[in-house]
Amino acid sequence: MISLEHVTRHYGDRVAVDDLSVEIAAGELAVLVGPSGCGKTTTLRMINRLVEPTSGTIRVGGRDTRELPVTELRRSIGYVIQQGGLLPHLTVAENVATVPRLLRWDRARTRARVEELLELVGLPPAEYASRLPRALSGGERQRVGVARALGADPPVLLMDEPFSALDPITRLRLQGELLRVQSLVRKTIVVVTHDIDEALRLGDRVVLMRTGGRIAQVATPGTLLAHPASDFVAGFLGGDRTLRRLALVPLRSAELRPADGAAAVERVEAAASLRDALEAVLRSPDGRAAVVDGDRVLGVADAEVIRRAAATG
Amino acid sequence: MILTIPSFALFGLLTILLGIGNPAVELGLALYALLPVIRNTRAGLGSVDPAVVDAARAMGMGPAQVLWRVELPLALPVIVAGLRQATVMVVAIATVGATVGANDLGQPLLEGIRGDDRDAIFAGALLVGLLGVGADATLAALERGLSRSRG
Repeated sequence: MISLEHVTRHYGDRVAVDDLSVEIAAGELAVLVGPSGCGKTTTLRMINRLVEPTSGTIRVGGRDTRELPVTELRRSIGYVIQQGGLLPHLTVAENVATVPRLLRWDRARTRARVEELLELVGLPPAEYASRLPRALSGGERQRVGVARALGADPPVLLMDEPFSALDPITRLRLQGELLRVQSLVRKTIVVVTHDIDEALRLGDRVVLMRTGGRIAQVATPGTLLAHPASDFVAGFLGGDRTLRRLALVPLRSAELRPADGAAAVERVEAAASLRDALEAVLRSPDGRAAVVDGDRVLGVADAEVIRRAAATG
Repeated sequence: MILTIPSFALFGLLTILLGIGNPAVELGLALYALLPVIRNTRAGLGSVDPAVVDAARAMGMGPAQVLWRVELPLALPVIVAGLRQATVMVVAIATVGATVGANDLGQPLLEGIRGDDRDAIFAGALLVGLLGVGADATLAALERGLSRSRG
């Protein structure tokens, strides 16, 4: 859906992005992550041409981004920034209606779309539509920002540090919200963050960049934690990689021991992660936890089961 | 810069160019009024959060749309503040214009002073004062209203 081919961006003598190539599939949520100054934001801004590449080609939906007039390109790509970047003199509804109005949608269609989007991000229109941005909390502004980016139902969504300004609890909740919205709308999403945990939680794939605008590794969160390609990647990921990876592997993938009739004290849902299973195993006096799907017992997990699943998963 | 030249001196100089009467005073007032309006318009546009302008461009607004739909509306309270300064100043300075032959607000006042007519002085001063205070209050209210409805 989005392809960057040998993309380079210079600022004078400084190289912000250096010969970067990456493909992002339709419906994929890719996260660009790396230390500050690694060129991740520049890379994102080149996709909707807020920054022009010095050389290289960027395609969105198979078309070279230089083929379209820049305003037309941008109206077909949602964009979310820190704090939402809302227009402070317009109401929530007017903000969300920005792109539909630029596209000259008729009033009724725009209005229906705005209500649909506000519902989608969990802001009841009756309560929020006519409020001004400054009457909203940080988390609410960010939700409006997401609703606005989805305004004209673009296939692609770019998000630049969308949750960085939020407190940790709100950030976690909005990350969960984003994944929920994504499961409903299935967009191709590119998120930029400096927070590796956010990258691992959100990304179908993580593009880890290093200073100098180069790619250090592109991989799924699980592969990244299991097989970091270099010392730089390992260092950026930080400690307890094995433990953190458990949160990413579903318990379903584990080969369970058969349930032997003896009722295990602790129970864990099959839909949970290996991390939840380990938690249950450690809590259990006999080191075993029953894995259940609703009322049905599927089998038993213990430390060895989890170790083996983590090694293969 | 031009504000540092005393109005009487400026009007005097302009009469050399345009002769005694209204045109000289009108040009002088325009010069005085221009500065706060331009300065505040610049400051107002400069005070718009760059992140907001960036977001507007990213959504696909062209330069003219960014100016008319984002920058000017957000700068409006500051622009109106400049307009208010200019208006009040013009009312004050225009009064002096009578001394170089302009047919304006200062005339009743000036005639009163020349003819030692206290009633005319009071009437003239009162009118000028009311006009100044009234214009100031009206624009101040507009300014407050505008900044209340904005971020």
